[in-house]
This record gives sequence, structure tokens and C-alpha cells, in this order.
Amino acid sequence: MNLNFIWLALGEAISPTTAAYALATIGLVVHFGFTGLLNFGQAGFMAVGGYAFAITTLKLGLPLPFAFLAAILASAAFALVLGIPTLRLRSDYLAIVTIAAAEIIRLSVKTPELTDITGGATGLNGAAATFNALNPIPDGRYGIGVLTYTADQLWVRVLGWALVLIACLIVFLLIRSPWGRVIKGIREDEDAVRSLGKNVFSYKMQALVLGGVLGGLAGALFILPRSLQPDNYGTQLTFFLYTIMLLGGATTVFGPLVGSMLFWVVLSLSDGLLSLGVRSGLLPLTSTQQGPIRFIIVGAALALLVVFRPQGLLGKKKEVFFSA
Amino acid sequence: MPKTPTADLVAGPVAPGVPKRNPIIVADGVSRRFGGLTAVDVAHVEIPANAITALIGPNGAGKTTFFNLLTGFDQPNTGTWTFQGRDLARVSAYRVARRGMVRTFQLTKSLGLMTVMDNMLLGATQQPGENMLRALFRPLWRSREDEIRVRAQSLLERFKLDTKAEDYAASLSGGQRKLLEMARALMSEPQLVMLDEPMAGVNPALTQSLLGHILDLKEQGMTVLFVEHDMHVVREIADWVIVMAEGKVVAEGAPDTVMSDPAVIDAYLGAHHETDLGTLSGQLEVAKGMESDVVRSDIEEAAKDAH
Ligand SMILES: Nc1ncnc2c1ncn2[C@@H]1O[C@H](COP(=O)(O)OP(=O)(O)OP(=O)(O)O)[C@@H](O)[C@H]1O
Ligand SMILES: [Mg+2]
Repeated sequence: MNLNFIWLALGEAISPTTAAYALATIGLVVHFGFTGLLNFGQAGFMAVGGYAFAITTLKLGLPLPFAFLAAILASAAFALVLGIPTLRLRSDYLAIVTIAAAEIIRLSVKTPELTDITGGATGLNGAAATFNALNPIPDGRYGIGVLTYTADQLWVRVLGWALVLIACLIVFLLIRSPWGRVIKGIREDEDAVRSLGKNVFSYKMQALVLGGVLGGLAGALFILPRSLQPDNYGTQLTFFLYTIMLLGGATTVFGPLVGSMLFWVVLSLSDGLLSLGVRSGLLPLTSTQQGPIRFIIVGAALALLVVFRPQGLLGKKKEVFFSA
Repeated sequence: MPKTPTADLVAGPVAPGVPKRNPIIVADGVSRRFGGLTAVDVAHVEIPANAITALIGPNGAGKTTFFNLLTGFDQPNTGTWTFQGRDLARVSAYRVARRGMVRTFQLTKSLGLMTVMDNMLLGATQQPGENMLRALFRPLWRSREDEIRVRAQSLLERFKLDTKAEDYAASLSGGQRKLLEMARALMSEPQLVMLDEPMAGVNPALTQSLLGHILDLKEQGMTVLFVEHDMHVVREIADWVIVMAEGKVVAEGAPDTVMSDPAVIDAYLGAHHETDLGTLSGQLEVAKGMESDVVRSDIEEAAKDAH
């Protein structure tokens, strides 16, 4: 029996995609977990960051730091555009606007008229070239057993996880600072915080921009190991991020790491187990049924988690049981 | 702390809208309509500085709405007002608070998923760590954090919440949340404290000590404006009473004067406000000629005259 799939599943824990999902989820934790902002369009922030990154390197031919800078600036601008009209209103308005804006982005970049810039429905390819050109790791194969990586594969993993850890550190420092105290207060009751002399709108905007920029950087990281495809940024992506956030704990800084690793390992592991079952004839399934079933498994796992550990894997139990 | 006599407060004959010698708030033509209902319609009112003023009136009189307008939590249809001589109409709520005018809410707004201590620290001003960039560098805000923590601790002790400092605010009782909200408002060392029914749900012994705290605030030079339905409280600590009914200021004056004003008795207090509830419901026998009986008939007399 070939048990390589277990190794491959474990490899998912450190894949660049896992890092990108973790990074985007840290942004979501800033929004939803700590500030109480309902952002249902984190996929839109990822798309904006990804396109800004790809267009800057591919179409403008600028060096890598500019591409990352473009991803940051574009997602910050996207946050401002969404925040200015909605952050003074009730929280549901942000939810509606973000979900719509994410779809608008995804559909607009696909329009044939923009093909020269965005690549239309086929997207953009090769954005990682400048990134790989800067790879300091000498050529060769690294790793053990099934889990060996080329120099470029290793480079994207190192940089991706470095980015995630830096993001975690920044968010961690912010959350336990007086700034973090203010945004947690806003999550509980805006008016109370306002009555204490804090400019609530400004804080909400700062949080929206911070989380959005993390989403944008995640979008850039996401396309390093693959081409940029507009349809990767559908509403489904946002909901995967929410799943990851709930898995790890919505009000924890490191929860997204754990959540994202678990999400991808479980997906990959269940895929391996299912195909083993299907091939050996133990499971009455076709290989096309196999794909959706792994998401059913993740969904069931999430449902169990909500019942038995509603605060997520890393969250504090008390935070869920008090309803203030 | 002795009560400030009427003569030291007013600059004119006592009547609704009387000018004050040293007003902290001067409001003119403030109105707020909700559809067809005019919730607030105050022609002119002045709140005396460094005194304790009670705002009383029947349910729905517009007291909370007036609070909301003054503190920027609601926008008036018409009107202007000044705070310490500076225009304050239509200034946003957080700026109002920064000018030194803080308020509490009738429906308590404690931040349940934060600790009692964090609630308190949030009330402080001039914490550089509340700026996003400086927040990243602890040495920039650490010393201020220590200062405000000391202040928070001493306020919590005064309000008998020090043993709860590390508990979630959601675990406090209703009365304790009222106390926390008031203590939190004091963190910023405001000039004017506006309390919306601070005593509601607080037990009698603690009410006594809260009254003491409010008197202390005055002694420290602050001004207090509070809404209260308990007339004993009003009588005990207020230097000045403003009565609202149907959105208007219908009477103002020293507590004793106002409470014997027939119009106030008629609109708000009711003819029997001095009598025991037991005598009203027939549970207690009232001996003819007893003090309360005499007072009651006096008031009823007065009320009839007013009609
Ligand atoms: N947001 C609102 N929308 C519509 N009507 C309102 C609103 N807020 C207050 N009102 C109305 O305005 C009037 C004044 O209400 P307000 O809360 O100011 O009364 P109050 O004097 O504080 O009463 P209480 O002593 O019961 O607290 C009431 O008739 C109320 O129904
Ligand atoms: Mg009220």
C-alpha cells in the first residue's frame, strides 16, 4: 500500500498556499475577531493584492519590492474606498459592500477589454519570475523522502512563512497595546468607546486597512507558486478563510496558522484516504465524487468543533460563554 | 460639602431658563423631533458650573434625548449650545468627550468581554499607545500605562470594584456595571460629568457611598449633571434641579422649592409623593394629624390651586 499521501498531506502544512491562507486569515481576525468588522470580501482584498503584484512585475517590469509595495498600496486603497461610505453605518452595511465589491473585482478583471492589463478570463502567468530571480538558495533538492523541494519551492516557503510570522508579530504587538484595547472596545460597543473620547471611525478604518493589507499581501503570496486566475477569488475563498478562522479561534493571533495548516492537511489527508478507499474498492464512490466529499468532511469537522470547542482550537473558552 | 445656595447660582429671578452666574453649558432653542413627536424642545437653559444639577421629569420627558444631543450622540433639528464658552453644537461625540464632558448611559454600556481593569484603562486620555504606530513600541507608552493603572486602581477601590479588576466586565452584576461605567468615565478627569440614572439598580448602602462620591466630584471642582427618579437622592445632593416635561424645561430651582412647586407636583411627582406607599395602597393606617398626612393635604391643596 502506498502511504506517500500521508507525507504529502503533512507537506501541505508548510505549503505556500497554506501560508497565504493563514496570512489572509490573520487579516480577517483583525477585522472580525478583534474589531468586529464584518468583512465578507477578503477574497477581494486578495485579488486586489494579487493583481497589483502581478501587473507591477509583469506589465510594468518593476523590481520585486515595488510589486509588494503595489500590493500593499492597492489593498489599502481598496479598504479606504469600502470603509469611507460604510464604517459610519451599522456593521451589516460593510458586510454587504465587501461581498459585492469582491465580486465586482473578480468580474471586472475578466472583461475582455482589460485583457491587455489583467489577462482577462485566463489571468496572468509568470508573476513569480522576478521573485525566483532573487532566490539566494543554491540549486539542488532539499528535504526528506517524498517531501523534497527545488530551490525555488523552498524559497517561496521560507519567504511565505517569514511573512506570516512577521504579520503575527505585528498583530500580536498591536493587540496587546492600548491600540488593541480600543479596537476590542469597539467590537463590544462603539458608543461606549466614543463616549470615552476615541475616534471610533478612524480606528475602524485603521483596522480595515491593516487587515485588508494583510489580505493583499496574501494575494501576492498566493500567486507565487501558481498563475493568477480570476476565478480563484470567488466568494468561496472568503468562506474558506472564515472556516480557517473559526478552526483556529476568531480572537487569537496564532489561530490562523493552526487553522490554515489543519484545514489543508485535513483536506489533503481525506483526499488521500478517499482515493485509497476508492482504488481498493472499499468505498462505493467514483473519483469525481471524491473531490466534493473532502469538503463535506471539513464541514463536518467544523460542525463538531463548534459544538465541542466553540472558541476554536486556540481561543479562550470564557470569551464565548459570556454574552454581554 | 455644603450645598451651594441659590443666590450664588442664579443671576436673575428664579424661573425656567434663568441665567446663571457661572454657567458651564448654555443651550438655546434646542429641539429634536422623531417623526411627529417633539422629544426635546428647550428654549433656553443654563447649567451652573461647579454644582450638582439634577434633571428630573416623567418617563419620556426627553431627558435622555437631551443628554444625547448635548454629548453629540444625536443630532438636533435646531439649536445651539456652548460648553465653557465654546460652541459645542454638532461636534462629534468623541470630541465632546475630549473637551472634558463625559457621560454615562441609562442602559449601561460596560464592555463585557474586556476585564474590569481594561474597561478602566480605556477611559484614560493621552495614552500615546493608542496611536497605531507608537503602539508597536512598548517603551513609548509603558510609563503612561503605569500612571493610568494607578489611577484606575484607586478609582476601583473607591467604587469597591478592586477585587474584580481582573474579571470580565460581563461577570459583574447590573449595579456593579453602573459603578464601573461611572468609574470609567472619571478616568479622563472631566470637567462635566453627565450621569443618566446612576443610582438605578444600586443597593441602598452603595447608593449612600455613591452620593458621597458625587459630592466629592463637586469638591474637586467638577460639575455634575444627572438624571434621577429617586427624589430622596435629588433632595440630598442636588444644588439645583431642572424639571423637564414633554421636551420642555417646565421648572427649575433649588430642590426644596422645586419639589413644592404645584406645577412640578402636577406634572411629575404626583400629589402623594411624600406619603408612604403603604398609606396609598391602603396597607397602612394613617392617623389623622400625622406629619405625612398634613403634608399630603397641603400638597393636594396646592395642586388644586394650581388648576
Ligand atoms: N430613537 C428614537 N426614535 C423615536 N423616538 C424616540 C427615540 N428616542 C426617544 N424617543 C422618544 O422621545 C421621547 C423622549 O425619550 P427619552 O428617552 O429622552 O425620555 P426620558 O426622559 O429619558 O425618559 P426615562 O425617564 O423613561 O428615561 C419618548 O417619547 C421616546 O419615545
Ligand atoms: Mg432616560
